[in-house]
Amino acid sequence: MNSVAIRALIKNDLRLYLTDRRAIVIGVVVPIFIAAFFGYVFGGNGAAEAPGKIPIALVDEDQSAVSRAIAADLGGESMVEVQTLDRSKAEERIRAGKVQVAAIIPRNFGAASMQALFSGMAKPRIELLIDPSQAISARVVEGLFAQHGMQEITKEAFGGASGRAAPGLPRGLSIPYVVATTKVTSARNVPYNGYAHSFAGMTTQFILLAGIDAGIMLLLARERGIWQRLRAAPLSKTEFILAKTIATVLISVFQFMLIYTAAIAIFGVRIRGSVTGFAALAVALCLLNAAFGLMLASLGRSPAATRGIAVMATLLLVMVGGAWVPSFVFPNWLQRVSLAAPTRWAVDGLDAMSWRGLGLGAAVAPIIVLGTTAVVCLAIAIWQFRWEE
Amino acid sequence: MLTISHLQKRFGDRVAVDDVSFEVAAGETIGLLGPNGAGKTTTLSMMCGLARPDGGSVSFQGQAVQDANRFKQRVGLVPQDLALYDELSAWANLELFGGLYGMKGKVLARRADEALDLVGLGNRRRDRVKTFSGGMKRRLNIAGALLHDPELILLDEPTVGVDPQSRNAIFENLEELKRRGKTLVYTTHYMEEAERLCDRVLIIDHGKVIANDTVRGLYRRLPASQAVVLEFDGPAPAESLMAGLARLPGISSLEYTAGGIRIETDDFGTPLAQALGIIAKHGLHVASVHTAQVSLENVFIALTGHALRDGPAP
Repeated sequence: MNSVAIRALIKNDLRLYLTDRRAIVIGVVVPIFIAAFFGYVFGGNGAAEAPGKIPIALVDEDQSAVSRAIAADLGGESMVEVQTLDRSKAEERIRAGKVQVAAIIPRNFGAASMQALFSGMAKPRIELLIDPSQAISARVVEGLFAQHGMQEITKEAFGGASGRAAPGLPRGLSIPYVVATTKVTSARNVPYNGYAHSFAGMTTQFILLAGIDAGIMLLLARERGIWQRLRAAPLSKTEFILAKTIATVLISVFQFMLIYTAAIAIFGVRIRGSVTGFAALAVALCLLNAAFGLMLASLGRSPAATRGIAVMATLLLVMVGGAWVPSFVFPNWLQRVSLAAPTRWAVDGLDAMSWRGLGLGAAVAPIIVLGTTAVVCLAIAIWQFRWEE
Repeated sequence: MLTISHLQKRFGDRVAVDDVSFEVAAGETIGLLGPNGAGKTTTLSMMCGLARPDGGSVSFQGQAVQDANRFKQRVGLVPQDLALYDELSAWANLELFGGLYGMKGKVLARRADEALDLVGLGNRRRDRVKTFSGGMKRRLNIAGALLHDPELILLDEPTVGVDPQSRNAIFENLEELKRRGKTLVYTTHYMEEAERLCDRVLIIDHGKVIANDTVRGLYRRLPASQAVVLEFDGPAPAESLMAGLARLPGISSLEYTAGGIRIETDDFGTPLAQALGIIAKHGLHVASVHTAQVSLENVFIALTGHALRDGPAP
């Protein structure tokens, strides 16, 4: 084994990487910027301002005591911002995207609802006009209507005007419990940090894109005199691939560390789980990156065509792997499919070691998947690498 | 030192190297001369183990050299394409190339300094290669092959694309290597380079060795070794004058040039004096006389039937 030559090649690759300051900045700043954007959108660091209210319209065609009471209750809700409009104006606002849901209380709603309360027949119909792109908002409004409608209708039914005026008399049915929500993170009172996931995703993506660059550089080198000089030297294919792998892993680890340093220092991301697991995952991801790049260089013919296909494949992998949006928002079938993508394991593993605060055990499966994939890529690279001509 | 036996190489249907054989003695400088696409670079690639021959063999001091690391340790290759990292300094480039041959530490530093001094770049060692001129890059390209002190240096068109001044500097570097006893194999399609540097020249065309001889030996294959060009004031010489000159003994060829004639001969004495007499009788006034050495270009044309710079015939 020509260890001096291997060290010389590694040193040279590191030197070339550090010489290209612009590439370093792009490889580090761009993922930080995109991760910051996604992280902010998905909740920031938990100390952000209160979430925005859902703009809704209320069309009160009844104008009864019940409908006015419901309108007043909705106005006091923190989740919605109520505008009282007529039907045509409400439709116009939904089309313009200014309002997400409009609830129309029909004429005679108050009287009809009280009769229906006891008879169960001829129930009046509350119509919800919704913006189809905001279907979740409709569910929220439906729930609020169920709560306040039942309360105001029963209050009117059991007490009427005098009942409302006299304290101590029936005040209508209300939901007999309250729901308290607790965010389960790494520990009690540790808020969820939306940046933790976005940095896991973007780091995975940009580390893999750096692997493509390493592969393309190798393909470009094939077309230059430097390739002949390398091959004229007393150096074997295995020694060359070993040197390239180590150099790419070291560069990727450096890039990984810079990105996470920014994540920790600026965006409050914390490694709340196993630091050892996190470090091992980082190395496994960087090894996969190096093997992926070498595989591309082995299978690719022209740099331009290889770059196009590799970028497309990488973006597909990171998208399916949940690097852009968390995989739990995927449909069930896609969540199952995404388990075949090593990127899913990388992102889930980094999530587990950061905001989920899990132990080393949770890193083992992702490390095995990433490591095995890296070994397969490396085997293909060695098998297919064209050293002799 | 190096024996090339019946080398063959095909790329698809095209035969790049066709049964090439020759020997290189220690300390000798051999030129592989031929047009672009003649098979020179492919031959060189097989000689240093970069390309696997389809047939034939290369042996170094009696041992087959196919991809053998011991052989590679004794050979330096100067590729035709610049084998340099533009973004790095000259010294950093040499540090890599030395490292590939197992060199490190003080030995590597000393050898890198020596190589840079040899090619006249000692004062630019810390500068990035991208700041170098084309000629300086070519010289550094040569230095990269010298670090491990190889006995045999293979140079593939080392002066391509450089200005005359830089070319001269490269020649001086190569002549210094010759003086140090290095064995050089040099491909080129520049006749004057082969004439200046090489002890022996192989003329290659269509993948075949057409001739293998010293420069003097190649000239002996031509009917004449010297030429004189006469330019006239007034009209072009008549056919009758040319016929009279052609009958003179010692004149091997005769042709029109712009404004005059070119006479090739082995002897400038009697034939030239007789020619001037005949010209005077035809009433022509000689405005200028200059001599021209017959070049390897003439040898190449005589052997292949086409000019070197035109490329191989289809």
